[in-house]
Amino acid sequence: MPENSKTLCLSGKGVTKIFGVGSKRVVAVDHVDFEFYQGELISIVGESGSGKTTLAKMLLGLTSVTEGQIYFQGKPRDISTHKKRKEYWKGIQAIFQDPFSSYNIFTKIDTVLLDCIHMRGGRNLPKEQKIEMMREACSFVNLKFDELTNKYPFELSGGQQQRLMIARIFLLKPQILLADEPTSMIDACSRSTILDMLLNLCRETKMTIIFITHDIGLAYYISDTVYIMEKGKFVEYGTADEVILNPKADYTKRLISDVPKIYEEWDLSTVQP
Amino acid sequence: MGKVMLEVRNLSTKYVTRYREDVYAVDSVSLTVEEGKSLGIAGESGCGKSTLALSLMGYYFPPLHYIAGDIIIDGKNISKLDPETIRKTILGTEIAYIPQAAMNALNPTRKIIRFIEDVIRAHDPKARKKDIYDLARKRFEELGLPASVLERYPVELSGGMKQRTVIAVSTILSPKVLIADEPSSALDVTSQKMVIKMLKDMMANGIIKSMIFITHELPLLYNVTDDIMVMYAGQIVEKGTAKEVVFDPLHPYSKGLMGSIIVPEEGVRDVKLTAIPGTPPNLKNPPAGCRFAERCKYATPECSYANVGLRGNGYGRSYRCLFDEAKLREVYANA
Repeated sequence: MPENSKTLCLSGKGVTKIFGVGSKRVVAVDHVDFEFYQGELISIVGESGSGKTTLAKMLLGLTSVTEGQIYFQGKPRDISTHKKRKEYWKGIQAIFQDPFSSYNIFTKIDTVLLDCIHMRGGRNLPKEQKIEMMREACSFVNLKFDELTNKYPFELSGGQQQRLMIARIFLLKPQILLADEPTSMIDACSRSTILDMLLNLCRETKMTIIFITHDIGLAYYISDTVYIMEKGKFVEYGTADEVILNPKADYTKRLISDVPKIYEEWDLSTVQP
Repeated sequence: MGKVMLEVRNLSTKYVTRYREDVYAVDSVSLTVEEGKSLGIAGESGCGKSTLALSLMGYYFPPLHYIAGDIIIDGKNISKLDPETIRKTILGTEIAYIPQAAMNALNPTRKIIRFIEDVIRAHDPKARKKDIYDLARKRFEELGLPASVLERYPVELSGGMKQRTVIAVSTILSPKVLIADEPSSALDVTSQKMVIKMLKDMMANGIIKSMIFITHELPLLYNVTDDIMVMYAGQIVEKGTAKEVVFDPLHPYSKGLMGSIIVPEEGVRDVKLTAIPGTPPNLKNPPAGCRFAERCKYATPECSYANVGLRGNGYGRSYRCLFDEAKLREVYANA
């Protein structure tokens, strides 16, 4: 994408989250600055406990920001009232790690998809058109809509549930999709299907996808820009090729060396207990 | 050829469900693991990997039922023993098992040393407390875990530490075979590496004599195990050394699994990931002929009814396909 056509989608200045007070305070996210542009696929990579998920929750507005400001489309984000927050969620949506607990167990699959159409203001559309839209969304993620009607989400396998999540996003068409480790609970084979679907979603609808993962290989495969997070700070960021092929920070080098490889020796002696 | 630690011959097990719909989850599996060697089992979710692990222990409880076959650990056939004998004499000393969510196996209200005490007392009720402490402290030191962990509660430990603690506790009696069922799948790469290093150290120190490692990550298996066995729909579809299976897969399914590998190396971004379409078949009524036929790119009409056996002698390289090796290579070359 040429430099001048980039529009700022989500950015933050000095975003900080502190849990607890006094001697027990924990700085989970420590004065991070970031700029995410429209249509980009951004990865945030870090170990467990590095503050990735806390940052994601702040971006979604699920937890308060202790210090700093998040800007949505250039303007400071305002989610002070419930109404404003609902409006904000039309622009940002999320997929979480655990597909099994992401659905309401009493809601059938067609209701799940129908709700998405209604949320986009399609409440008064004719029934046939709604079904057509749902069918299109299902075929985007390789699910057969006719087999899914009258089923409940828990009747599907993990990979299918995660694909249904992507079908929801396809109907909702938010500007930003936040994917918090969407593939860590499913096997390697369905993982590649889901990654390809996310890539398609990003290319076709110009959606910004923020992909949070601990697997630096995935991040390299999927993303345009990579942010590396250590102990609540971004230690390195840049295009995927820059960061992964020429890592500058020691932490990035360690993350890369810790992934099991097949074409070069995996050095086990570097492990520090 | 080393001493054979675990030998399994034509093991079949099933899940009995209501309405007499039996699920044949493990279908005549044979394997051998020698002393000092490790075997990796790969496959998608729902291929029967974990059921095979449970069946290997010989510890059957409903709905899992034994049908046929032999499990021989170090010359002793355990397949016909009753569950109570197995629990008392086999589990822990001969064969140990680390389940997938091992970190959740710890009761949060008990200290780590209590779990070790439980394991030892189950086999030797008269064991003295001091001996247990000494053994635990010595073992933890050997494995690079701080001895202070023994006096802690599970909630005070991080995920990676908990996982390593569970491994140390379950192998405290130096079992001959360790079955590790996705021990590192829920961990980040650094903790995963620590877990793997610990397993390798245990093999080197002789704490465990042999290991079966189950995962769906092929790059990990390649680095950890000597041999790899690929499972599909309860059957073995390919078996060989790690190098053979990863770099020269013969069965179309192993080939498909190889297509989903992602490692941070140059050139990965240009490779199109090739996922295998569809899902594994329902094992309530497994398809006739080749079970992989309906998802296979190279399937011929004959595949859907012909009886496909395992080619090879069953000990070295073997694979389950209608085509022989020369034909398969020709098909791959043309694709």
